Amino acid sequence: MQTSGLRKLYGSQVALESLDLVVRPGQVVGLLGPNGAGKTTAVKLLMGLSRPTAGSGTLLGQPLGDRLARRSVGYLPELFRYPQWLTANEVMRLHCQLAGLPRRSWPGWTDQALTTVGLRPRARDRVGTFSKGMQQRLGLGLALLGDPQLIILDEPTSALDPVGRDDVRTIIRAARARGASVILNSHLLGEVERLCDEVIIIHRGRVIAAGGLRALLGAPSLRLRLSGVRDAVSLLGRFAPVTLEGDQVVLQPMEPEWTPDVVAAVVAAGGRVHAVEPQQRSLEDLYLELVRSGVTEATESFRLPRPTAQ
Amino acid sequence: MSVRAVTIICVLTLREVARRRLLWVLLGLSIVSVILVGWVVTQLVDYARSAGMNEVRIGLGVSQVLVFVAFMFSFVLAMSAAFLAAPAIAGDVESGTLLAMLARPISRADLVLGRWLGLCLVTAAYAFVSGVLAIGMVALVSGYMPPDPWIAVGCLMGEALATLTLALALGTRLPAIAAGAISVVAFGMSWFGGVLASAAGLLRAEALVPSLDFLRLGMPTDLLWRGVVHALEPPLALLVARGLDPRGFAADPFFAQSAISLEAIAWSIAWTAGVLVAGVLAFSRREL
Repeated sequence: MQTSGLRKLYGSQVALESLDLVVRPGQVVGLLGPNGAGKTTAVKLLMGLSRPTAGSGTLLGQPLGDRLARRSVGYLPELFRYPQWLTANEVMRLHCQLAGLPRRSWPGWTDQALTTVGLRPRARDRVGTFSKGMQQRLGLGLALLGDPQLIILDEPTSALDPVGRDDVRTIIRAARARGASVILNSHLLGEVERLCDEVIIIHRGRVIAAGGLRALLGAPSLRLRLSGVRDAVSLLGRFAPVTLEGDQVVLQPMEPEWTPDVVAAVVAAGGRVHAVEPQQRSLEDLYLELVRSGVTEATESFRLPRPTAQ
Repeated sequence: MSVRAVTIICVLTLREVARRRLLWVLLGLSIVSVILVGWVVTQLVDYARSAGMNEVRIGLGVSQVLVFVAFMFSFVLAMSAAFLAAPAIAGDVESGTLLAMLARPISRADLVLGRWLGLCLVTAAYAFVSGVLAIGMVALVSGYMPPDPWIAVGCLMGEALATLTLALALGTRLPAIAAGAISVVAFGMSWFGGVLASAAGLLRAEALVPSLDFLRLGMPTDLLWRGVVHALEPPLALLVARGLDPRGFAADPFFAQSAISLEAIAWSIAWTAGVLVAGVLAFSRREL
C-alpha cells in the first residue's frame, strides 16, 4: 500500500495536509494524533469512503477508491455498527458474500472469525442484543474475515475491556505473523508502542513525525551515579560515548543488555555504584513533546527518510 | 455495476422488511382496510336497494366509492413508500452501518440499486395485493366490476414506485426525515397541481395552465392517478359527462376523461429512471 501527497480539504478547512505512506507486507503501522488531527480522514481516504482533494495512492495494486482494491482488505470503522436485526452469524455470512468468498468456505471463515473474537457462543444472537464492546468485537471479526492482506483498524479498542484489549494485541500479532499488513489508528500510545513497527503522528492535518519506532524514540541510554572512579570516560568509553553530568555518568547510545557489564567494569576498577538507571524515551514522551511544542518547526526535523515500496 | 452485489443487497432489504415485521404490518393494514371497505359498500348497496334504486345508479355510486377508496390507498401507498425508502440509505449513513459494507468490493451504485430493487418489490407487492383485494371485495359485495382493474392496479403501483424512488434518491444526500417529508409533499403537490390546472381551464385562465402543468408533471403521480380513476369509472359516467360541460368534469380530481396515454406511461418510466440515476450519482460522490 502506498500513498503520495494525499490531501483532503473540507471547504477551506484542511483535514489532511499531505500523507506519504508506505505499508509493506507484515508491517504494523500506527497512526497517532489528537482528536480531529485527521487520522480518520486518512483512513477513509485509504478505504475510498472519501475522495482526496489532491494526491494519489494504490491499495493492493489498484488505485484508491477502486472497488477491486478492497478485495482483500479488512476494515473496522471508528463508528462501528452492524444490522441490529441480524444475528452475529448472519452478519458474518453477509460479509462473506459481499467480500466474494466462495460459498463453501463461509461456515469455516465465520466460525474462525467468531472464535477469534470470542463471540462463538453468541453466534445465533441478534446484534441488537449485544453490548457496545461485543459489537466492536464483531466488527473486529469482520475485519479478519477471509484472512485479508491488509487490515485497517480505526480505534479498535475504544469500547473494549482490558481483556478485550489484550485480545486485540494478540490478533494483530497473529495477523502480522501470517504476513498481513495492519494500519492501527489509536489514541492508546502504549498499545501502539508495543505493536507497531512504524508510527505516523498527525497533528492538525499534518504529518509531524513518521518513521520506525526505534528511530523516532532514539537510542536508549544508561545513567549511573558512581564514586571511587577517577576516569569514567576512559573506563566506560568502550561501551558507549560517555558524558559527565555532575556526579552522574551518562552512556548513550547504549544497549540495555550491556548494563551488567558496565556495573562489573566499575566494580572491578574499585569504584562503587550508587544508582543505575536505564533510560528510554517513550512514545508518550515524544508524542506530548511534538504535539505541545511548535509543531510547524518540528515538522521537518522529525520527518525521517521514507522506506521505498516493495 | 455488479449483478451479484445488487442481488445481495436486494435480498438483504427483503429480509430486513420481513424480519422487522414491516411486511406483516402492511399486509395486516391492507386486510383491515379491505374488510372495512367491504362492510361500508355492503351497507350502502343494501340501503340503496331497500330504497328501490335501480342497479345502474347503484353501480355508478359504487364506482365513485371505489375511486375514493383508491384515492385513500394511493396516499397510504405513497406515504408508506416514502417512509420505507427515505431511511434506506440515509439511515444507514447516519448510523454508520454502511461504512463496513462499503469497505467490501461493492460499488455505491450496487448498494443504491439493490436497495431500490428490494423496496420496489415490497412496495409493488403491497400495492398489488391491496388494489386487487379492494377491487375484488367491492365486486364481491356490490357486483360492480370496473372496466380496467389491472390498469388501475398498475397505475397505483406506478404511483408508489415513483414516490419510493424520489424518497430513496433524496435520502442519498438528505437526512431520512427530510427525504420522506419532501417526497410526500411532492406527491401532494403533483395531485394539487392537476386539480389547479383543471380549475384554471374551467375558469378560462388558460395563461396559468403551463405553469400549473409544470407543477402537475414535475412528478408523474397525478398522471398515474388519472389513469387509476379512468380505469375504475363505469362507461356510463363518461357518457353522462359527454352531455355536460367537459371542463367542469376535467377540474374534478376524481374524474378522468381519457385513459392513461402511452406518453404518460413513458414519462413516468423516464422520470423514475432519471431520479434513480440522479440518486446513484449523488451517492457515488458523497463523502462518508
